[in-house]
Amino acid sequence: MEKRATFGSWWIGIAFAVPQVILIFTFFYWPAGEAIYWSLTLQQPWGGGNIWVGLDNFRQILDDPIYWASVLRSVVFAVASTGLAMGGALILAVFVDRECTGSRLYRVVLIWPYGIAAPALGLAFRFLMAPEAGFLAFLNQIAPGLWDPGLNGTDAMIEIIVAFSWKYVGYDFIFFLSALQAIPRAQIEAAALDGAGWLRRLRDIQLPLLTPTVFFLLVIDLTESFQDSFGIVDIMTAGGPARATELMVYKIYFDGFRGFDYSGAAAQSIILMVLIMLLTVLQFRFIERRVHYK
Amino acid sequence: MAEISLRHVAKSYGRTPVVHAIDLEVAAGEFIVILGPSGCGKSTLLRMIAGLEAITAGEIAIGGRVVNDLEPRERGCAMVFQNYALYPHMTVADNIGYALKVAGVAKAERLARIEKVADALGLRDLLGRRPAQLSGGQRQRVAMGRAMIREPAVFLFDEPLSNLDAELRVRMRVEIRKLHDRLGATSIFVTHDQVEAMTLADRIVVLHGGRVEQIGTPYAIYHQPASHFVAGFIGSPAMNRLDGRVGPAATVVFADGTTIAVPDLDLPEGQAVTLGIRPEDLRVGSEAPEDGIRHRLAIDFVEHLGPAALVHGRFAGHDFVASVPRHIAFTVVEGLTFTMPVETMHLFDSTTGRRIGIDAARE
Ligand SMILES: Nc1ncnc2c1ncn2[C@@H]1O[C@H](COP(=O)(O)OP(=O)(O)OP(=O)(O)O)[C@@H](O)[C@H]1O
Ligand SMILES: [Mg+2]
Repeated sequence: MEKRATFGSWWIGIAFAVPQVILIFTFFYWPAGEAIYWSLTLQQPWGGGNIWVGLDNFRQILDDPIYWASVLRSVVFAVASTGLAMGGALILAVFVDRECTGSRLYRVVLIWPYGIAAPALGLAFRFLMAPEAGFLAFLNQIAPGLWDPGLNGTDAMIEIIVAFSWKYVGYDFIFFLSALQAIPRAQIEAAALDGAGWLRRLRDIQLPLLTPTVFFLLVIDLTESFQDSFGIVDIMTAGGPARATELMVYKIYFDGFRGFDYSGAAAQSIILMVLIMLLTVLQFRFIERRVHYK
Repeated sequence: MAEISLRHVAKSYGRTPVVHAIDLEVAAGEFIVILGPSGCGKSTLLRMIAGLEAITAGEIAIGGRVVNDLEPRERGCAMVFQNYALYPHMTVADNIGYALKVAGVAKAERLARIEKVADALGLRDLLGRRPAQLSGGQRQRVAMGRAMIREPAVFLFDEPLSNLDAELRVRMRVEIRKLHDRLGATSIFVTHDQVEAMTLADRIVVLHGGRVEQIGTPYAIYHQPASHFVAGFIGSPAMNRLDGRVGPAATVVFADGTTIAVPDLDLPEGQAVTLGIRPEDLRVGSEAPEDGIRHRLAIDFVEHLGPAALVHGRFAGHDFVASVPRHIAFTVVEGLTFTMPVETMHLFDSTTGRRIGIDAARE
């Protein structure tokens, strides 16, 4: 039985779709097409003609060890920040789930970081993490020079990873908490009667039932860490020191708008786009075939 | 095997009391059924015994040991939940064997015991399946298996049969009672189905609004209901209850002027009482004795059940039901003649709802 709302004449449906189509076209397909075109040509920084070079730009990038270093950095960043965000969120969610008084408040409070614009977040963390006066300044009192993200690349990387995962802890928390609360109480009670203590119940009953959520958040967090990290990197480290925090997305901006290598930057953004599209496809495939036990 | 005692056990959620100071002594090996209407606190009481719900006041002892502050796993109870609460990500075998796994029983022994339980419940061929791949009755059996495998001292059942169809329900009822007798465990079984309660129980605890109305054998509960509520709740069709007042010379008088003699009635005149009599205790039609006090029931409608017919009508200003065996003839136009045998009458105080012992005086 077909019970969908249908439109009387074909053009009404199209008329409704037009604004959306125009938006998508203007802000996605057009620039994306332009980027593909640029990535296949040599673009003059000051305008005036361009030369078709085929896949030369891609070859050049993929031969460049500096590019591969930024890929590696992005992967480290993605894995570390996703792990940190999900781990932290899971721990918080488990505790809130166990003792639910005020859990509404936690939910509201913990979603806020997700709503903060990355540059504002970056700025706040830059102050918090400042080596001379921030939270970690005491480290330098114990051993001078121990914490200095301005000079030490590892410190800088830690800094942006912490800032980024702070933003996603709240987001992941919401999903984990609702997934935990969706597990029927009786199942957990049955396990308690079967003799399992709370850690054991967590391991045997709750975590297995969370796998769909874990997988979902894994894909979301990884995807976001590739694209949403720009603002934090730009404000906190600007890719430094000595490229130590130059992630893929930041390198595109830097090469393009600071190095005026439009073609190289375009090729890089195509690569990043393909990567994110792959992650998204994975996510959709997964959502369709979601691990259901029912 | 373990005895259970509840002493003044009470529970409130915030300021709302849901269970009021309950006292109950369950002997080792006894089968107790907690019976009551929806929302009367049956599950809450059971969950307090299991340790899933903290108690607000009082004391619970299992096997002579006060368990108030013990975790559920330290109390030695196994429970079958109403919706079974099987672990959806585990196979039937893993579901049944989970308690043994947690207890650290070696794998070989675990498998042997799982198979033994599965055989007893006819689950042998289903051990590799997930709960989602089972029928309701099969799930129910898995839930039973999960409780059985631990050979617990105490079995708790929270309406385990309410999701099954009528036929399966009767079969599982018998199975549960057999299981209880075989294992010699102490069982507490919660239900709102009086037939289940009557057939399973050694003793029934009738709960109403978080209070115990009566504790007794099915026979006592049926034949000597301790209160107006129990009288109406046990028995189908329900007992006829007629509100009236004590009249002169051992009678009860009703608003429409009907007077019924209750020999040995010794109460102040004018006291509000409720006279109760079961539809099947009436002597009707040709079986109504000639020398008795004969009444007439004006018939509104008749339900034919097969072995008997339920005749609905008005008597003494109340709706009234009589059960008429199928060999007794009657017509709707003429109405039904009946007598009320004195020994089957029940009398309750209308204000407190408690039973007044006319039969105690007779015995
Ligand atoms: N967490 C809770 N907070 C507040 N009130 C509750 C809570 N749980 C139960 N109650 C109340 O306690 C009373 C008893 O509930 P309980 O679940 O024991 O009823 P029950 O006799 O098992 O009913 P049913 O036959 O419907 O299962 C109900 O009135 C219910 O509303
Ligand atoms: Mg209940």
